[in-house]
Amino acid sequence: MSDQTLTQAISKARQKGRVALIPFLTGGYPDRELFWTALTELTDSGADIIEIGVPFSDPVADGPVVAAASLKALELGVDLKWILEGLARAKPKTPLVLMSYANPLVQYAWPKTDPGLALETRLFESLGLLAKDALEAGVSGFIVPDVPLEEAGPFQKAFSQCGLALVPLVGPNTSLERMEKYAPWASGYVYVVSVLGTTGVREGLPPETVQTLERAKKAFKLPLALGFGLRHPSQLQDLGASPDAVIIGSALLKHLAEGGRASEFMAPWLA
Amino acid sequence: MPPLEELERAMELILPGEAFKVEYANLLADWAGRPTPMTFCPRLSESLGLGVYLKREDLLHTGSHKVNNTLGQALLAKMMGKVALVAETGAGQHGVATAAAAARLGLEAIVFMGAVDVDRQRLNVERMKLLGARVVPVHDGTKTLKDAINEALRYWLTNQATTHYCFGTAAGPHPFPTLVRNFQAIIGTEARGQFLSQVGSLPDFVVACVGGGSNSIGAFHGFLSDLEVNLIGVEAAGTGEPGCYNSAPINLGWPGILHGQFSMLLQTGDGQIMPSHSVSAGLDYPGVGPEHAFLAKQGRVKYRMVNDAQALGAFRALSALEGIIPALESAHALAYVLKAKDEMPKGSLVMVNLSGRGDKDMDIYLSQKAPD
Repeated sequence: MSDQTLTQAISKARQKGRVALIPFLTGGYPDRELFWTALTELTDSGADIIEIGVPFSDPVADGPVVAAASLKALELGVDLKWILEGLARAKPKTPLVLMSYANPLVQYAWPKTDPGLALETRLFESLGLLAKDALEAGVSGFIVPDVPLEEAGPFQKAFSQCGLALVPLVGPNTSLERMEKYAPWASGYVYVVSVLGTTGVREGLPPETVQTLERAKKAFKLPLALGFGLRHPSQLQDLGASPDAVIIGSALLKHLAEGGRASEFMAPWLA
Repeated sequence: MPPLEELERAMELILPGEAFKVEYANLLADWAGRPTPMTFCPRLSESLGLGVYLKREDLLHTGSHKVNNTLGQALLAKMMGKVALVAETGAGQHGVATAAAAARLGLEAIVFMGAVDVDRQRLNVERMKLLGARVVPVHDGTKTLKDAINEALRYWLTNQATTHYCFGTAAGPHPFPTLVRNFQAIIGTEARGQFLSQVGSLPDFVVACVGGGSNSIGAFHGFLSDLEVNLIGVEAAGTGEPGCYNSAPINLGWPGILHGQFSMLLQTGDGQIMPSHSVSAGLDYPGVGPEHAFLAKQGRVKYRMVNDAQALGAFRALSALEGIIPALESAHALAYVLKAKDEMPKGSLVMVNLSGRGDKDMDIYLSQKAPD
């Protein structure tokens, strides 16, 4: 099953005695060609999983860097269909996760005429069509930052039908009790958000990150991937935290925007 | 999400309590100026062959219905132990109402406002600052209300421990649509009682403009079970030509997800949010509160459209005939009555929710007006 692909990719890195690396790239960024180059470089330079951001006009969970990348990609005409078709052709060896706000996922196969079905049924069916195409394109799971626990049902059901993971997001404000409610359907890994707020590089990580990781460890059997604010491995040492994986987005996008290569960015994390 | 859970628990605990109810009622009466009158419009009625009445939310303190909601949320926030309010604003009416309520209750206020709106509503920006709020222009996206909401949400995510998000309309993630509707429901409840005592019957039509939908859901709510009362929501058609930018997601959009709500939405085929447009900044939003989407589907409320020019016509007509300058938002509701007078049986009793006053719109009126 694809959702186990993600868990296994992280275990493999752990067995080698290192933290698993999950770089994030906005689909079609820095441009429609260079995106595929960067994806290949990330694969070749040791990424264990790659998260691909689906551009959205209103990225409320993102800070300035990812938001700007998202708008740039939209200007270049990038959409979910373009990403999935490209992936189906490119077939990257690294396991892939799509990170998308809910609406682009919902609209991917939304029937343009009302078939007279209940809204929940239409939602579930259109997400099911998306899941099939995503599976064929080699995608292993989804992260949907604007769908909370209470609304996740149709997404989780549609994705799990195709063996695709729905990765939950938990943060410093997520109680142990709430994490335990996520646990039964969570799959792949758990995205542990280091700070309250949006994506983007921060100098230091807040000390409560350690407690968030501890709560998540109690609630979930899945590997824990730490994200938001990361740029360099020294941040983890300073914090004294040892997540199973790290997710790096804004710092990588910034590096690419400045003309840097994906492989250079990855080097310190693999040292 | 945890801050939404916290808010929902606070609503259950605090809102039904005597302490909240008494203080809210006193503030509404002594500070905001409730109840607002129900005004009969003799000259307009005669020219239309209808009985036209206005629910005068324009007479409330700060100039619109928005203060019903901001007072309620500010008081709730204070009782939750929050020290600050964050808000988004389009026309600036909600921003002003938030700043005023925050000042009255000793809370800090920070208001996000699209850079385009900051330019076209300068007077309201200065009012907010005078009332002690920090106004932050938003330069992302279309630089209007939806982008101000994005930025306010981002700010709230980071500052949720100390800050309450004083959402301005009956939209957004649960429990906001319920919370805001409950604070605005006083419009319809009060109007229903006034109609019965002043006119001796219920109105045949209740008409209100719909942007995010707070004044309209407030006006409709008290009449939902009176099936003989026709409820009409009026969306903004923008400039009105086919394919133009508009603010009419119920008529021209389809279901989608934005700002934590599954509702009608103006969007592209791949789910990107479309820019909206209306001459009235307060209606300029690509989504609509989910309860309106439900009422539209159920058929209890009919949703119609009025364009910029028709709204400006109603703005002039009410000023000249009745001595009342309506907000351009409310002018949409009135414009529908002018437009549809022949579809309404002669002598019908029509209540228009006059959600705000039009002083703030003089610059727009002057810029749109043909030279004398």
